[in-house]
Amino acid sequence: MNFYNEMIDADNGVRAHYRAYEEWLKATPPDRIARKRAEADLAFHRVGITFAVYGEEAGKERLIPFDIIPRIIPSQEWKSMQAGLRQRVKTLNLFLHDIYHDQEILKAGKIPAEQILNNAQYRPVMKGVDVPGGVYAHIAGVDIVRAGAGEFYVLEDNLRVPSGVSYMLEDRKMMMRLFPELFARHKVAPVQHYPDMLLEKLRAVAPNGVNDPTVVVLTPGAYNSAYFEHTFLAQQMGVELVEGRDLFVKNETVFMRTTQGPQRVDVIYRRIDDDYMDPEVFRAESTLGVPGILRAYQAGNVTLANAIGTGVADDKSIYPYVPEMIRFYLGEEPILNNVPTHMCRKPEELKYVLAHLSELVVKEVHGAGGYGMLVGPAATREQIEHFRKLLIAKPDGYIAQPTLALSNCPTFVDEGIAPRHLDLRPFVLSSGKCVTMVPGGLTRVALTAGSLVVNSSQGGGTKDTWILED
Amino acid sequence: MLSRTADHLFWMSRYIERAENLARLLDVTWQMSLVPQPLEVANQNWKAIIALNSLEAAFEKKYATVNAENVLRFMVSDTDNFASIHSCLRMARENAHAVRGTVTAEMWETLNSTWLDAREKTFEQLYNAGIADYFEWVKMRSSLSRGTTLGTLLQDDSYHFIRLGTLLERADNTARILDVKYHVLRPHGEEEGATDFYQWGALLRSVSAFEVYRKAYRDVITPERVAELLILRSDMPRSLHFCMNGVIKTLDLLANALSHETQRQAGMLHALLHYARVEDILEHGLHEWLTDFMDRIYLLGNGISRDFLMPMVEESA
Repeated sequence: MNFYNEMIDADNGVRAHYRAYEEWLKATPPDRIARKRAEADLAFHRVGITFAVYGEEAGKERLIPFDIIPRIIPSQEWKSMQAGLRQRVKTLNLFLHDIYHDQEILKAGKIPAEQILNNAQYRPVMKGVDVPGGVYAHIAGVDIVRAGAGEFYVLEDNLRVPSGVSYMLEDRKMMMRLFPELFARHKVAPVQHYPDMLLEKLRAVAPNGVNDPTVVVLTPGAYNSAYFEHTFLAQQMGVELVEGRDLFVKNETVFMRTTQGPQRVDVIYRRIDDDYMDPEVFRAESTLGVPGILRAYQAGNVTLANAIGTGVADDKSIYPYVPEMIRFYLGEEPILNNVPTHMCRKPEELKYVLAHLSELVVKEVHGAGGYGMLVGPAATREQIEHFRKLLIAKPDGYIAQPTLALSNCPTFVDEGIAPRHLDLRPFVLSSGKCVTMVPGGLTRVALTAGSLVVNSSQGGGTKDTWILED
Repeated sequence: MLSRTADHLFWMSRYIERAENLARLLDVTWQMSLVPQPLEVANQNWKAIIALNSLEAAFEKKYATVNAENVLRFMVSDTDNFASIHSCLRMARENAHAVRGTVTAEMWETLNSTWLDAREKTFEQLYNAGIADYFEWVKMRSSLSRGTTLGTLLQDDSYHFIRLGTLLERADNTARILDVKYHVLRPHGEEEGATDFYQWGALLRSVSAFEVYRKAYRDVITPERVAELLILRSDMPRSLHFCMNGVIKTLDLLANALSHETQRQAGMLHALLHYARVEDILEHGLHEWLTDFMDRIYLLGNGISRDFLMPMVEESA
């Protein structure tokens, strides 16, 4: 397979936007680099920037490995990516509004109705509910990869509770602390204003008639894998970090328990999945959520960000329709590519997929986080046969895509510097008609040689992401 | 502030203070055990520590005999013992973890690295390196976390709840240390022996009161004055009176619609210390008096919890 190297071009020359960095790297003594890498590890540990890994020893926390070689993107590439992200997220919000209201796109026959209405992520309780500004996905984490010829693809749209933005911010802070001289040599677009931008967006979608809204971050608690990020964002925005048990609903209004009595809550940036939000409506056994919160939400007395029911738009079975949605709602051609996707629910496509399992990536339609997927070229015969059985048993539970030649970037590993595959997750914020983002996003890198899975739960690391200003 | 946040801050500071005082108690017992004495007497002192925390059953389940090494192992690093220093440091860190967005970065880093360091050491390593060094370390880490709190945290409600936890826990712990040591030192009010000077000295040192005693009394150490210093002296930072001064002032700052009764009880307890005479306390019986005091502290903690930390407020909304 042909891989695009972010730093080195096909003739073994250094790409223009990496030249200054490469010169610095060559001129910097290896022992200084080694010392700085150790310093970064120590600092991350001491500050406790960790994440919990499910399935390991309870309460165990791990560092996400941080790589000091940045992922650099020239500004003209970013500009086009940004336009594509705006177009895509705007469309997905219009789509969500549509399917919970008039369902024009279904009437027009662009998507088979049963694909939406029978989807487990479609929430009938949201039908006819008007959310402030018509925004459903206030925060979207769109995963983008670059393939062999240097072209970008959207791998998935994360519209439920995308995480990782704290690592984007901490990685930048760490790079500036370790190598201030690099920032004097490069015009790196700043990202540190993300929490301010987020707070502004959250305040902008407050319920009608609330002028000075109380915003909170709702976390499942200290044992959640992204708990560090929840505390980080609450602290950076200067708002309370609450758990479900801190909130209660009275007269279809949400209150938090404070040491001075109940206080009304207007906007909830929730980091809990739909299923756990309200035991009265969704999973009855959930102790993470708030009984009655959906009633308050339907009554328009509280705003949830993201809205309930966004999962139907980032479901892998709906993903193949996004380019058509863009044409339908905006009358524009998609700027960012979709990965060609085989829908296994269609018998002829299933047949193709079963015949080409060793070349394809197979994903569960409702899966996330790199769990429950098959990377054909890297899989053992047993794994392939296991997935063959799964596919035959439940074809509509899976999609398959060609194995993309994910671009790679030089990265520090045990053996020295070696290319490793990576992706990019920009965080796109929406309120009303306005869609914005800080330049860049979180770059995730697969640290195992040859691996195409970048998820932190699967041993991935991160890099600082630089958008170079002209 | 959020009730749950206040709850975590309150318990975070209680666990740090508890770890410190436990280190102090074990340290003084260790020092006292170095003075020549029959083995039986020495073991009696160790037994008293287990009894003080009502941990007899848990201890007997794991250890055949009461001796210095077993009690130290149980109270220092036993992960099954929820009252061990190890457990206290873990709980302090876990409570801080739950509110790490509220405490300052320095506070969190202090508690987190204390826990990370404590976790690294086995009991054998601590014991062989000299357990007294470990007690010093625990006291220093506690001072450090108090210092970072004072030096970095905004003095809003979070600060007040931390202060409240520290003072309430310290009042309870000083009373406990005094109770168990006074008892052992003067079981039947008999005349003092030659070694008693060292024993009382060790007790005073355990609450950093040796120099204070010298300054305050400029005289030989007598049990009555030790009791007076640790109970009634209002400017001695580990005395019961000092702690209650802080508790009522802090409660005034935090007062809400539910807290009237708790404030009244705190005021009564404070008045008791403010106007008491040591002669009366000793005549009443120090052990009985301290037991009563600890009960009241316990009730006060419950009241604070009910009014501020986990109020049932649905009805009043």
